[in-house]
Amino acid sequence: MNETEAKTSNRDHANRAEVFNRDESRVNWHDETLWFIRSKRDKAVHKLQEWELLREAASKIKLNVLDNLYVYLQEFERHAAANGVTIHWAADANEHNRIVHRIIKDAGINQIVKSKSMLTEECHLNEYLHSQGIEVTDTDLGERIVQLASEAPSHIVLPCIHWKKEEIGELFHTHLGTPKGNSDPQFLTAAARTHLRQHFMSSRLAITGVNFAVAETGEIVVCTNEGNADLGVQLADVHIACMGIEKIIPKRKHLGIFLRLLTRSATGQPITTYSTHFRKARPGQQMHIVLVDNGRSDRLGSDDFRNALKCIRCGACMNTCPVYRRSGGHSYHYAIAGPIGSILAPGLDMKQYADLPFASTLCGSCTHVCPVKIDIHDQLYKWRQVLVKDGHVATGKKAGIGIMDVVLSHPRIYRFAGKIGRWMMNNFPVAVNNKLNPWYKQREMPAAPRESFHDWYKKRKKN
Amino acid sequence: MDSRDSILSKLKKHQRVNNVLPPLVVPPEEPLPLAEKFTSILTSIGGSAVNVKHWNEIAAHLTSKIGVSERLINLIPELDSLTLQAYGKDPHLLENVKMAVIRGHFGVAENGAVWITSEQMGDRALPFICEQLALVISEKDIVATMYDAYERIGTQSYELGTFIAGPSKTADIEQSLVLGAHGPKSMTVFLLASA
Repeated sequence: MNETEAKTSNRDHANRAEVFNRDESRVNWHDETLWFIRSKRDKAVHKLQEWELLREAASKIKLNVLDNLYVYLQEFERHAAANGVTIHWAADANEHNRIVHRIIKDAGINQIVKSKSMLTEECHLNEYLHSQGIEVTDTDLGERIVQLASEAPSHIVLPCIHWKKEEIGELFHTHLGTPKGNSDPQFLTAAARTHLRQHFMSSRLAITGVNFAVAETGEIVVCTNEGNADLGVQLADVHIACMGIEKIIPKRKHLGIFLRLLTRSATGQPITTYSTHFRKARPGQQMHIVLVDNGRSDRLGSDDFRNALKCIRCGACMNTCPVYRRSGGHSYHYAIAGPIGSILAPGLDMKQYADLPFASTLCGSCTHVCPVKIDIHDQLYKWRQVLVKDGHVATGKKAGIGIMDVVLSHPRIYRFAGKIGRWMMNNFPVAVNNKLNPWYKQREMPAAPRESFHDWYKKRKKN
Repeated sequence: MDSRDSILSKLKKHQRVNNVLPPLVVPPEEPLPLAEKFTSILTSIGGSAVNVKHWNEIAAHLTSKIGVSERLINLIPELDSLTLQAYGKDPHLLENVKMAVIRGHFGVAENGAVWITSEQMGDRALPFICEQLALVISEKDIVATMYDAYERIGTQSYELGTFIAGPSKTADIEQSLVLGAHGPKSMTVFLLASA
């Protein structure tokens, strides 16, 4: 880790967002790009009269899954084993990484291809395998781009949404030898295709994620637009699929609900190009599935936060979030950014991710678009309460909350404070319009009204 | 206690009985003829659909799209004017396949996808590695939505099955759509008129 990385790793969301916000035109571009995707989602959703029924059904199925994971996981294991698949159980990220490494080592392989899997990001599998001398090539184009740049994805569906094509052109010039200055997406994608095809052809082991795992049949479903998961698996001797234990759905026919929701929510597409159902390995191939807990079973014990495990990783909550759009995915310093990441991360480590539930305006837009109806903004609010109570919040913020508590619960103090505030803003605007006030950053302060609503209302009553 | 047991024992502790499985969502009836809807959606996602009356129309269409020296693998016996090419056990040797012609089970009108299973693919790598993918389904084998698709698949016991909707694509570079990310650069679905 170099010096700047060491510095940024101590920073919280607000600090990182501040860095991201220094380039205003870039922030606007990022904001508009994501809003464009949110708008595509709306268009796709409005075409289905039954949309709300689908959300409700998906939510109920996932609630049923969470209630009965004990049963469904064993059912899945039994069926997958009958299909010839080897099932592994990993209590945490370390165990997951060790299991994957052992399979790779046993096969005598040192270079592998991997399609998108947020779970392996969560477990930092790439870093682990790299430290063991294994060369991992991410084959999703966006993931390959951030991998070449030694970065983490900034979005779960659109890993390099924060990159401009000119920068990708430069990156490819350095790493893939494309002509300097060429930033045409068509050209760059073709260059990546040629580059990645070599890796597909030479890798004997492929890792994929899992979108859905069907308890009834033991099959897993993997969705991609690029076809990179399929190409990787079909050219390999060994397939390892890594999944969080919450990816289970009870029956195959439930896919008819989830596949209708997933991509419409994600990008506004009616379906991904490939939705592949892997039930049995190809002849002569080994297939492994690693079931990973990593804090999930503990979370099931929490009434307030267990529903976050319903998530199907569509990214809709990020695309719509006014804070995500204007602060960028890396500000969240967790594998999963945005509103959903902000309620998942503190469950893993309250201290490290104590800042994330505060990276929200609590506007509720995330909850509104969530295809499985997770009460995301309520959970953000509940996390704030837990974090303050358990002492994971900076002293300044805690003191501020304490003061607000006094002010808001005493009407007289509240009215007096309001009067002082309005007077200060009107007579000494510099008292609030300065760098010491965090609310002044990247914002113009509004003109303060002459009187409060309370005063106005009292006067009006008299008239 | 190994990880399996410790995970399961925690899950057992948190088991509940509050939420029962809901009924499936039956979509409202599609007003458009299904073939028409399928064609329009498939076209909008970068694929194309061709209506044909006879098998020999398909063969004529395909041969016009591919050079004589280019490699074509046809897996449909009815298309007997196209050579049924043999292929070995190693999927890597399929890398130079220009075009693959494969029979599909059915199409889905709402998203332009075609359901195919491993026994139709010859080698499972074929539909993902070829440069142009041609699929043939009967015009009557189009269902309205994914709900209908899974009703139709039911409990069939395939080894690998996939919905393919259009050519392989990516928009990872500044949201510019590019067809042919890793796999096929085009997908043509022939809709064979019912006899």
